[in-house]
Formats: sequence, C-alpha cells, structure tokens
Amino acid sequence: MTVAQQPEALSFECETGNYHTFCPISCVAWLYQKIEDSFFLVIGTKTCGYFLQNAMGVMIFAEPRYAMAELEEGDISAQLNDYEELKRLCLQIKRDRNPSVIVWIGTCTTEIIKTDLEGLAPKLESEIGIPIVVARANGLDYAFTQGEDTVLAAMANRCPDKAPVAETEKNERNAIAKLLNFGKKKEDVAQDESEYVVHPPLVLFGSLPDPVVTQLTLELKRQGIKVSGWLPAKRFTELPVLEEGYYVAGVNPFLSRTATTLMRRRKCKLIGAPFPIGPDGTRAWIEKICSVFGITPKGLDEREAQIWAGLEDYVKLIRGKSVFFMGDNLLEVSQARFLIRCGMTVHEIGIPYMDKRYQAAELALLEKTCQEMNSPLPRIVEKPDNYNQLQRIYALKPDLVITGMAHANPLEARGINTKWSVEFTFAQIHGFTNARDMLELVTRPLRRNNNLKDLGWDKLVREEAKI
Amino acid sequence: MKLAYWMYAGPAHIGTLRIASSFKNVHAIMHAPIGDDYFNVMRSMLSRERNFTPVTTSVVDRNVLARGSQEKVVDNIVRKDAEEHPDLIVLTPTCTSSILQEDLHNFVERAQLEAKGDVMLADVNHYRYNELQAADRTLDQIVQYYIEKARKRGELPEGKTAKPSVNIIGTTTLGFHNNHDCTELKRLMADLGIEVNTLIPEGASVYDLKKMSQAWFNLVPYRELGLTTARYLEEQFGTPYIDITPMGVVETARCIRKIQQVINAQGAEVDYEDFINEQTLYVSQAAWFSRSIDCQNLTGKKAVVFGDNTHAAAITKILAREMGIHVVWAGTYCKYDADWFREQVSEYCDEVLISEDHGAIGDAIARVEPSAIFGTQMERHVGKRLDIPCGVIAAPIHVQNFPIGYKPFMGYEGTNQITDLIYNSFTLGMEDHLLEIFGGHDTKEVITRGISADSDLNWTKDGQAELNKIPGFVRGKVKRNTEKFARDRGFKEINAEVLYAAKEAVGA
Repeated sequence: MTVAQQPEALSFECETGNYHTFCPISCVAWLYQKIEDSFFLVIGTKTCGYFLQNAMGVMIFAEPRYAMAELEEGDISAQLNDYEELKRLCLQIKRDRNPSVIVWIGTCTTEIIKTDLEGLAPKLESEIGIPIVVARANGLDYAFTQGEDTVLAAMANRCPDKAPVAETEKNERNAIAKLLNFGKKKEDVAQDESEYVVHPPLVLFGSLPDPVVTQLTLELKRQGIKVSGWLPAKRFTELPVLEEGYYVAGVNPFLSRTATTLMRRRKCKLIGAPFPIGPDGTRAWIEKICSVFGITPKGLDEREAQIWAGLEDYVKLIRGKSVFFMGDNLLEVSQARFLIRCGMTVHEIGIPYMDKRYQAAELALLEKTCQEMNSPLPRIVEKPDNYNQLQRIYALKPDLVITGMAHANPLEARGINTKWSVEFTFAQIHGFTNARDMLELVTRPLRRNNNLKDLGWDKLVREEAKI
Repeated sequence: MKLAYWMYAGPAHIGTLRIASSFKNVHAIMHAPIGDDYFNVMRSMLSRERNFTPVTTSVVDRNVLARGSQEKVVDNIVRKDAEEHPDLIVLTPTCTSSILQEDLHNFVERAQLEAKGDVMLADVNHYRYNELQAADRTLDQIVQYYIEKARKRGELPEGKTAKPSVNIIGTTTLGFHNNHDCTELKRLMADLGIEVNTLIPEGASVYDLKKMSQAWFNLVPYRELGLTTARYLEEQFGTPYIDITPMGVVETARCIRKIQQVINAQGAEVDYEDFINEQTLYVSQAAWFSRSIDCQNLTGKKAVVFGDNTHAAAITKILAREMGIHVVWAGTYCKYDADWFREQVSEYCDEVLISEDHGAIGDAIARVEPSAIFGTQMERHVGKRLDIPCGVIAAPIHVQNFPIGYKPFMGYEGTNQITDLIYNSFTLGMEDHLLEIFGGHDTKEVITRGISADSDLNWTKDGQAELNKIPGFVRGKVKRNTEKFARDRGFKEINAEVLYAAKEAVGA
C-alpha cells in the first residue's frame, strides 16, 4: 500500500458491512442498571439469550432485572397466541418484580415473523397496568450502542409534556435537582436558583453512570446553566418534562434517533455540539451550549489547560504514535478527535453508522483539530469490512488498534498492540474529570509493552500460521 | 414463550461452529444478522486463541429480508474460498435463517461450482437441537461427507493398521478441559501400546477423515459428542466403539479393560491388568487418597452434582463409589438424553434431577444444604449466595475454567486433579465453618483501626452520596486521596465538587 496523499477534506467510504460488533440488545445490560425501576424483556431466541449471558459475564448472576422471552417453535409458526404468551410472562414479571416499566426489546426474530409489538403493547399495558415501552433493537438494523438509541427514542415519547403546576414539585420530579437538594430546606433551594442564569429549560439525553451525570451537571452549573432533566433519569417515574421549545443536547454520538424524536415528535430544539469526550470535546460542548443561551463561558481556558497539564504523563506516551479504529460502537469519531489532539495520528476511523447531521459539529471539530495539529485527515469507513481492515492494518503497522475482542488476541499474537473497544462504552470517559480514565485505557497496552519490551516475545504465532 | 434468564446449553449454531473451528483449515460462514458472531469473541477470549477464529458472517440485513439473500451468500462463500483457501466451508444456519427459509442448499450447490474447496450446509434446525446435539450431528455430517467422497473416488484405504489403533472422537474447541483431556488420552494410548489413528475434530485436517476406517476401534470419551459418528463408522466398517468415559479410577480401569477386550477380539493378545494395578496404586494418588484419613473425614458428607451427562455422571460415581461421599442428588441439563443419565447414576445418589431451569436447580441446592456443590459456573454462584463451596465440573464455564496449567479430568492424571478439586472444595467449607464458630479472623479489627484515623474533615451529604457510588473495592482509596487533597488545600468540607476536583488532580 502506498502512502495516501493528504486529502483536503474528510473522506467518507462505505465497505461491505462485514464487521464484528455486539448485538444492540446488549444495551439492556447498562440500561437496566441505569433505570432502577425498569424491567427489560428481550423477545427473541436462544441465540439472543446466549449472547447476553456470555457478554454480560458476572452481571447475570446478580438477579438482573432483565430476561428473555424465549420464542419456541410454536411461537414462530403462530400456533401460540403472541398476546396471550406475552401477557402470561408480563404478569409473572409484575408478580415477581413489580417494576414501574417493562421495556420490550424486539429482536431479529420478532422483525422477521412480524410480531406487532407496538400494537400489542398499549393493549397489554392497559390490561396489566404497567407502562410497556417497545424498542426494536435488532441486529438487522442496528449495531451495539444504537440499541440504547432505540430505547431512548421510545422513552422520549413517554416523557411528561407539562411541567407540574407548583415550581417546587417540578424540582421533586427531577432526579438531579433532588440529589443536589438532598436534605436542604426550601429557602436553600430558592437560593440555589439564583446561581443560575435565566435560560430556557435544557434537557440532556444519553445514559451515563450517575457520577458522570453529576459531574457534567456541575460543569454546566459553573456556567450558570441549569440542567432541568436527563433522559433517561434514574427511575422511569422521574423521566424529565419535555415541553415544546425546550432545548436538548446529546452526550453520546450514537443517539441520532433519539435526537430526531426529540426534535420531530417533542418539538424540542437540538443543540448540535461535539460530544463531551476528552477535555477538548467537553470544552466545545459547554461552549456550544453557552453560545446557544447567549452566555459567555468563564474559566474554560484555565480549566482545559489544567486538565491537559494533568494528562501530560499519559499524553507523552502516545504523542506521535498512530492508531487505527476498526469500528464497532460509534464513539470512534469523538475518540479519534481527542487522540489527534493528544498528538496521535489516526489512520482510519471505522464506524458502523455515520449520521453526518447529528455528528456535524463533532466532524467539524475533528477537521479543525487535524488542521491545528497538522495531522493528516483520517478516512472514515462506514460499515467496514474486517477482513479488508486487517490487510490494511498489516500494511500500515499502526502503534495501536482499537478493536473488538474477536480480533484483539489474534492481533496481539502478531505483535500488534490492541485496546478492546467495548471497554470504552462501559468506562467513564465523559467530561473533564474522566479524560484521564480514557487515556488510562488507551495507554494501557503501551505501558504494558514498556514493561515487557526487553523480552523479545512480540510475535507469538508460528510463521506457517495463516493470517 | 418461556421466561428465561440463563441457559446451560447454547443454541445450535454454536455447536456447529465449535466443530468447524476445531478442524484445521475449515471455515464457517454464518447466515446471520450483525452481532451473531459472538462465537469469535468467546473463542478468542475464553480459550485465548492466537489465530483468528475461522468464522465469518454473511450478513442478514433489511435488504436480505426484503429480497432474499440472492447472490450474497454465494459471493461470500466464493470470496472466502479465494481469500483463505480453506479445505471446507461450512455454511451455518442460525435462528434467523431457520425462519427465513431460504434455500441454503441451493446456495451451497451454486457456490460449489466456483469454490475450489468443498462447501457444505450444516444440517441443524435451530428450534429442534441445542449446541451439544448440533455439534454431534455436524461432526457426523462432516465425517460422512469425506468418507463418501473418498469412497466415490476409490481413495478409501483398505483394511486396518498393522498395530492396534484408535480414533479418538469428540474433543473440541471451547470444550471443558478438552485440550488437557486430549493430551492425557494420547498419553494413555501410548502407555497401552495403541496408536492414535486420528483424533477428531480438534486439530484434524478433513483429509485425515478417510483414514478413520483403518482404526481397530473408536473411543468416544464424551457422551454428548461423537456417538453418532462412532455409530456411523460401526455401521460402515464394523469398527467397534467404546463409550466408557475414563474419568475416575474405577471408570478408567473399566475403559481400559473394554479396550483390552475389543482389541483382543481382533487378535491383539494384550493384558492390561498389571498396568491398571500399577497406575491405580502408585501413579494415581486417588486410590491412596480414598484410604487416607483426609478422605475419612469426608465420609457421609452431603454433596450435590449438576452438569452435562459426561461430567455429572462421572463425578457422581467418583464421589459415591471412590470417596464415600453422600450424593443427595445428581442432575443433568441434557434432557434429551435423560434416560442414559438416570441409568448411570441411580444407584449412586438418592435422587436424580433432570432440568434446564437454573432456578429449580438453585432451589434444590438450598433445600438440601450440601457441604459442597459440583456444578457449572451457575451453581458456583448459587454456592456463593448460600455460602457453600463449589467445584466447577462442566460447561457453561468462564475464562478461569480454561487453565494454562495441565489439568485433565480424564485418565490417571485426571483422577489426581479431580481429587484435588473435590478435597479443596470440602476443606474450604470446613475452614469457613470453623471461622464462623470462632468469630472470624481476629486480625480484621486491627487493620481497619490503623487506616481510618480520625478525620478532621466533614463530608457533606452530596459528597458522601457521590462517595457511596464509587465501587466498594476502591472507595477507601478514593476517600483517603480526597481527604488528603482537601487537607492540602485547606478545605473544611468535602462535597461532590471537591471529590471530583481531587480525582482530576494527578495521581488521585
């Protein structure tokens, strides 16, 4: 492979879509933990169950609030009545767990046999008295993290559309406000209000671990911006109010359906910003939100500089090194942008699906970052072909490949450093505070190699082994 | 529909993939949606494979749903044939392709016209068979295919090998301790003066399969995998098969005696009695262990056993017959082969339990309160919850059940390993029990006093709430670091913001 000419603009390519990723039903694993009063019912086959059981590892033993409605031959050939079967299982769930919401996850099988989940849900909901939210998170249409997108898009339709009359009650509904006001008297709450600039309500969307929610909320509070709610909240019963004209902003790059739903169905205004991953992304995210509300951000320069200073020991390890994203979780563009800012060169950004409108600001920041860092513009490969990518990796010999577990060990055995991509979806990588955690993951293989470098064991497959 | 949280045996295509990727230079192409290739992750992670798992997907997406796969499957097969030159490509149906009812046979035939290697469709129905049954069928299918092929071309070798020889059938990738068992069996055969003719499917080439007719007998060490193949070979070539699992001292001896009988019937004239005696008394430590006072202490202790047919049956017999342990119940998740299990263990336990429902198994464990459990990873977790030690004896298994060290379950070294496993499970339980009687380790108090020196700092409620969200195993460290940070900067109170500021400071 010859060295590619430096392209003027980002190049977008699309390959065969023969790549490895997780099935989108995996979103139940983090969403059931996030939404504490939910129960996720995956309506699918043994294949789905086997994936969840193995991918979730130890979580499965912790009495998870999710289960399979395992379809049997009688369900496929319609000898059994879908409605009656689902009713039986949902009543059992109600009896055993009594959740505030049951989320049905439609799978490939329910798509193919055309089970009308959206049609059955309202009927059953009124019969058993528990809200039923339907999300079609299947492998026919989506990859990995997009599963969360389908669930949140469905949840967006369940958000209350009117704020309760009393102002204090509204605060009560809001998980974050409640958390921050914990134990405070009403006067204190009123005093808190004065710390904020007057701006239209802002609701953030994207499921993040609670500590990260707090961090980002506090980050905006420093600018006088009040977060009225998060989609999703800690509990289904605390979903945020969404009135027409509210502002919304995404925290993750894979939430395009949710964004579309919030704009079209809930008539909210989307703040298109880069995503708060890395100090550069976090700063750009805050700046964009501030600019929409006409606020001049304060202290961001120093804050960003301070975070970068704290990262220097890690940045030193990766500066000037190259990285190749095989692509499987849609976080790739934001991560690549951050790593380029750290001084890395990105050969290729593989990504399952690229929504150029929802990610527009992120893509612009990527381009700008490349220019400022004098780094070649990476090629963005949508629906990559893993086999072709491996040939390119052999040719390019990148210093680091960010990839799924199916390829990680075989690449390591061939002397190529890898970082397992799924870890980024489960680790805390958002905001200023967690930039270090992201670099901790990225540098781990390089630090490991520094420890082992004198052993001379980098290639561990026999020559005749086929690659 | 069935409400299910956990399954013991995986879906059918996993069985097919385990067989295909056990062979050398065989590639499997799954007809499946994105994300169904999780098998590659399992193989790469659990068995720490250095090579790429030879499994790819012909992706079923919306277009396939609307218009059928059309050229896609054929193109994918032909492409893989050109890229990797496999000897055989196995087109693997999944639950999705089962209901799409595309004519995969036709795709295989069309692809065969262009592909240089062989192409075959794995004949397994997702809704009828589980992982184990599918693996058994696929292995049989591949063996039949290559024997028929050799026969048509007149390449089937005549007669038997000069010296007694065996085909060992059924060791696969992702099988429970299969690679170690395989080494142990080869060693055992060498000790008995028997040549290993073929060993399938692990590490075998499909070109070896036609040689199978030359073996004097077939050994099927695992009940779940290989019997169909062995029966086929018996029917085709009159080759006798032995399906006694050489696990435990008594069963290993029984297996060896059966081998003696089978090869003597073909004129070998061997006598293995001295070998069995020597191994039993001095190589394996298990017989001596049964006599020792350690084992005496286990007499009459209660245990329960659950797993696949092979392992649950063998462990039950070892516990009851070789160690005098009281097996309250023994169970299997191989419902389709339950009669065999009942027949094997009935005399060695009070009750037989056949179930695929982990909840029912958990309840049955709680009901009898055994001193130790021998089961799968699921039972290990039940044991954790109930504070009962558990030895893992069967799949489903985790990465820790793919040890790097040599840990066979079969043959004479296997008896040593099993003895350790059983004895360690029970002593751990004893130790725990004694600790409880004497009120735990007396050092606990002292350690905590030293570390949590009185704090002059005040944690606000939100600070405390954030701290509590931090996982327990690092919370102490985070707390100490935050307090140090606050003290250095003269904060009197620690709230959530201070906590995160401390985290941002390097080294926190």
